[in-house]
Amino acid sequence: MIEAHGLTKRYGERAAVTDLSFTVRPGVVTGFLGPNGAGKSTTMRMILGLDAPTSGSVTVNGKAYAAHRAPLHEVGAMLEARAIHTGRTAYNHLLAMAATTGIPRSRVDEVVDVVGLRQVARKRVGGFSLGMGQRLGIASALLGDPATLVLDEPVNGLDPEGILWIRTLLKDLAAEGRTVLLSSHLMSEMALTAEHLIVIGRGRLIADTSVEEFVTGAAGTSVRVRTDDADQLRRLLAGPDVSVASAERSVLEVTGLSSDRIGRIAADAGIALAELTPQQASLEEAFMELTRDAVEYQAPVREKEGQAA
Amino acid sequence: MTTTTIPVEPVAQAPAPAPRGHVTQIRVLYSEWIKLRTLRSTFFTLLTAMVALIGLGALFSEFTASHWASMPAGERAHFDPAQTSLRGYFLAQLAVGVLGVLMISGEYATGMIRSTLAAVPRRLPVLWAKSALFAAVVWVLTTASALVAFLLGQALMSSHHLGVSLGDPGVLRVVLGTGLYLTVVGLLGVAIGALIRNTAGGIAALFGLLLIIPVLGEALPSSWGNHVNQWLPSNAGQSLLTLHHEAHTLQPWTGFAVFCLYGVVALAGAAFLLKRRDA
Repeated sequence: MIEAHGLTKRYGERAAVTDLSFTVRPGVVTGFLGPNGAGKSTTMRMILGLDAPTSGSVTVNGKAYAAHRAPLHEVGAMLEARAIHTGRTAYNHLLAMAATTGIPRSRVDEVVDVVGLRQVARKRVGGFSLGMGQRLGIASALLGDPATLVLDEPVNGLDPEGILWIRTLLKDLAAEGRTVLLSSHLMSEMALTAEHLIVIGRGRLIADTSVEEFVTGAAGTSVRVRTDDADQLRRLLAGPDVSVASAERSVLEVTGLSSDRIGRIAADAGIALAELTPQQASLEEAFMELTRDAVEYQAPVREKEGQAA
Repeated sequence: MTTTTIPVEPVAQAPAPAPRGHVTQIRVLYSEWIKLRTLRSTFFTLLTAMVALIGLGALFSEFTASHWASMPAGERAHFDPAQTSLRGYFLAQLAVGVLGVLMISGEYATGMIRSTLAAVPRRLPVLWAKSALFAAVVWVLTTASALVAFLLGQALMSSHHLGVSLGDPGVLRVVLGTGLYLTVVGLLGVAIGALIRNTAGGIAALFGLLLIIPVLGEALPSSWGNHVNQWLPSNAGQSLLTLHHEAHTLQPWTGFAVFCLYGVVALAGAAFLLKRRDA
């Protein structure tokens, strides 16, 4: 369980995170989502006591992270995969981490196998591919068999097989009753891995909901209707909460009415429908919709060529 | 999670916890020991320090012995046989200082520091472990090397009846002092590495302090310089390494105590900032 209360972090004038409050519960995978620069990594560093909040607080399993006597057993963390000395072998890195809290060598062997690094464990990390680095980061996170996992962009750089592996691993870990928080800027990945979502933009909380609610809530759902009597149907559907758009002459995009209801109205009026399709916004669209105003780095629209100031 | 509370919502049973070891200073020390011995840079740098101490000592001793006959009387009068065989410390301090800085700046450069501090969130045990461990390793290796350098050097010079023995007044102090001086150089390196958190900057700061500032001090008018220069870190520390006391230098152990004080202040500053700054 991770609980943040009014978490705020400023770097000089710039606010990286502003008044962020959320709870990450055990038993489900929680996705921590936001565009680049939204404050995800800063928040994760504050969870782990690496950065001190300007104000507010965050606790893990009821205590500030630094107050835990055996932190590796409480929280397994992977922050920016390459938080590892490149001159050391993967195995020795894990051994040194394990030693801080008396984790035996046998457990190091175990996590090496879990992440599938046995072949390269004795090689120096400097020569690792991005994907191998990610696996090593996950191995370090699993070392202490922690009840809470905090992973920053764990799927970055993994091949499809690796992505599938980590998705399954995280779901299994959550199913065992652990708290799993993973950040990503890839909405589509979250849709497949996470059940719950915490969305931030420019350091502020935008949404804290289940993945399902997020999609419905963000873009709403519309129904696509195709009929030859489009004009007549449009008049019949009109109502206070209903909006009807039309891209083609015979096609209507109806928002605010279910497809059942539209079908009934059409039938009552004797209008033949050629198509009646509920449209669901993709997770990616929902995400873009929500964070449109919260994107930190946006390519400026180029104006007149050759007249740049 | 505690076992006494009633679960608020129907979540799956939490996994059986693995045996939970607390983070202790001894464990952090052991972890740092693993880190130290699993980097190649440690091995090569310490080897350089030892080769510099022994090799250069032998070279200077042999050179002095073979040129004794043609040496001017003034030089002969200032000849310090113990110091001559240990002159390699000057190069050895570069290797030891660089490795000291790298102990911490290397972790900042690679991002490893975040893993380290996440594992030991109270942070200070990491600094103490790194300092104590590095001091111990440097002390053992450089003291042993200084002994070898001394014995080898005296053997080379004894053919010209120039050598001194460990039993002669002050000689043991100079030989053991070499290891002690280099140990404090290493500790200053660790502290500056933690303060500056950048390898190039840390190395520049360390050797600016140890090597450049004394040279600048020479430029002071002697009415000032005679008072100020003896208190500069390396001048103070090196007063332990001369057999005969020279004018305007501190007494050997006083000088070394001053040098240690610089080390303590630097480490205290490093501890304060390590605790305070974001990783």
